[in-house]
Amino acid sequence: MAVMSYADAAKLAVAEAMRDDPTVWCVGEDLGRGGVFKQYTGLVEEFGPQRISDAPISEAAIMGAAFGAAMAGTRPIVEMRFADFALCATDELVNQIAKARFMFGGQSRAPMVIRKPMGMWRSSAAQHSQSLESWYAHIPGLVVCCPATPQDNYSMMKAAIACDDPVVYLEHKNIWAHEGEVDTTKAVEFGKAALRRSGQHVTLVSWSHTANLCVEAADTLARQGVEAEVIDLRSLWPWDKAAVFDSVRKTGRLLVAHEAVSVAGFGAEVVATVAQNIPMKTLPKRLGSPRGLIAYAPNLEDQMRVTAPMIAKAAQDMMENEPA
Amino acid sequence: MNLSNFDQDAGLRRLHMMERIRAFEETARRAAIDEELVLGAIHLSIGQEAVATGIIENLRRDDYILSTHRGHGHTLAKGAQADAMMKELLGREGGCCGGKGGSMHIADFGVRMLGANGVVGANITIAAGAAHGIKLLGGDQIVVCFFGDGASNRGPFLEGVNWAGVFQLPILFVCEDNQYSASTLTSDMTSGNIADRARALGLRTTEADGNDVTALAATAAEITARIRETGTPEFLMAKTYRISGHTYFDPATYRPEGEAERMKATTCPIARLRETLSETGVSTDELDGLAQEARAEMDRALDAARDAPWPADETAFADVQDIGSPLQEAF
Repeated sequence: MAVMSYADAAKLAVAEAMRDDPTVWCVGEDLGRGGVFKQYTGLVEEFGPQRISDAPISEAAIMGAAFGAAMAGTRPIVEMRFADFALCATDELVNQIAKARFMFGGQSRAPMVIRKPMGMWRSSAAQHSQSLESWYAHIPGLVVCCPATPQDNYSMMKAAIACDDPVVYLEHKNIWAHEGEVDTTKAVEFGKAALRRSGQHVTLVSWSHTANLCVEAADTLARQGVEAEVIDLRSLWPWDKAAVFDSVRKTGRLLVAHEAVSVAGFGAEVVATVAQNIPMKTLPKRLGSPRGLIAYAPNLEDQMRVTAPMIAKAAQDMMENEPA
Repeated sequence: MNLSNFDQDAGLRRLHMMERIRAFEETARRAAIDEELVLGAIHLSIGQEAVATGIIENLRRDDYILSTHRGHGHTLAKGAQADAMMKELLGREGGCCGGKGGSMHIADFGVRMLGANGVVGANITIAAGAAHGIKLLGGDQIVVCFFGDGASNRGPFLEGVNWAGVFQLPILFVCEDNQYSASTLTSDMTSGNIADRARALGLRTTEADGNDVTALAATAAEITARIRETGTPEFLMAKTYRISGHTYFDPATYRPEGEAERMKATTCPIARLRETLSETGVSTDELDGLAQEARAEMDRALDAARDAPWPADETAFADVQDIGSPLQEAF
């Protein structure tokens, strides 16, 4: 077992998959120079410029051409540079890739991994900081995943490349350098959550970097005598309802936290689904960003940020507001 | 036209294909208007049959094509079966897409027809990608991407044609210029010349009469052979005219009075080829026979489609995705 960064874990998965299958290739802007976050460094030396392919600044063509190449028998890994820029290729992803298999009556598949670095980083303002995972969770045909740890960025990348469905693969920009142990024999199945911490008082559900903040919040809560269970969904479609239901049956309390805007965020889906199925001791709660825009100045940026102390406080409030 | 070396057999073959395309679309229009069997919009290529016929006859079965919302002709010419296509237009079981796509998403991967497209211009980047895939896999197939004049005003036109040029891909872009963008004259909404845009992107560009199937087939034969040989993209501007409206129910009143009738009388590719074949000695009976044969084929296709059942309800949930499929996961 090796210790490596979140970025290197995904790179290792990509390299292993490319060694195993000559039809796997990567395409995106600046990949020959290692990619904007160095998540491809060294790959062009091993695999050459055809399989680690630079691209013009043409997001629609990167997405559309990768789709055409997928239908012609290859397995592309598409790099969108920033999740925000992927919006330039929305027709290609939503109208074409997600729908082709169905519209053509099962004649085609689109085995693609679409990497979209997401989330708040540092002073990147409104066009380089968004978390739009709920948009993709809304689109039939797509698998959506948001790994939070180096282990998951390795194992889920492996699963995504092997998947015959198009996978929207959202890596969080703030944790490229996070290090952790990676067991390369460990497989992750989409739709299976990770139990990041066990507890019997309150269930914290999250994904992406906010799942790490939930673990931090749970440590704080433990010092206050509250044992929180942290469930990292890892994939939003499909998502592990069974794991969440089991936990909420045990704790009777549900708090969903995410970085994205709270309004119409995926937290609403989780809370609604649990509320329809599991009786709870307290009203469930979701914690996300205000429906505001992410600014450049750090203090303004922080107004939109969900933090570990905010998660801990929201959970503590649920404990205190319990009906008699 | 110099008829001394005119290939009569090829002419008859092309006439038969064009008659099949026209008969397919006229039958589908009748099924829509008279019987309300075709429920969604269909876009007819009446008057444009020479483009599909003259170009696609130069392709192998394993070459790829991608088409537009006006894609019946391309699909038939690539070798798809009329009865499966008609069933698709009627949304029936046995349709080439199982009744899930209809006219605007017609596709037959068995003959490497990778789909019509409901979004104008969206097929251009996808087609460039199919050619990219061929190159990565070391194949010797080529791709032909058909799109309309209106598509040249969408961003993917620039991105897709540039992509093919940058990566030197084996693809022929065919701008099938029927002169109208839905109900607007394309020249009113287009700055400069469309072929010049392709030239500016570095592609060898040919402009052809899209209604002269004989000359177009010869031109396309040269171009496709060159693309297969060199693996270099090219651009073909095929000027034609949409005799029908944008959709089958569009009376096209936005056109100057008499324009469609005049164009039909002077430029219809079927009429022009019939005239040439007559001059080389083919009897009117034989020419009419080809049209009748085509109409009979399409009548049979419509009969079969009319009798076909609707797709099973549960297929609405099939072929969405393997992981997290709507049947397994949706509450």
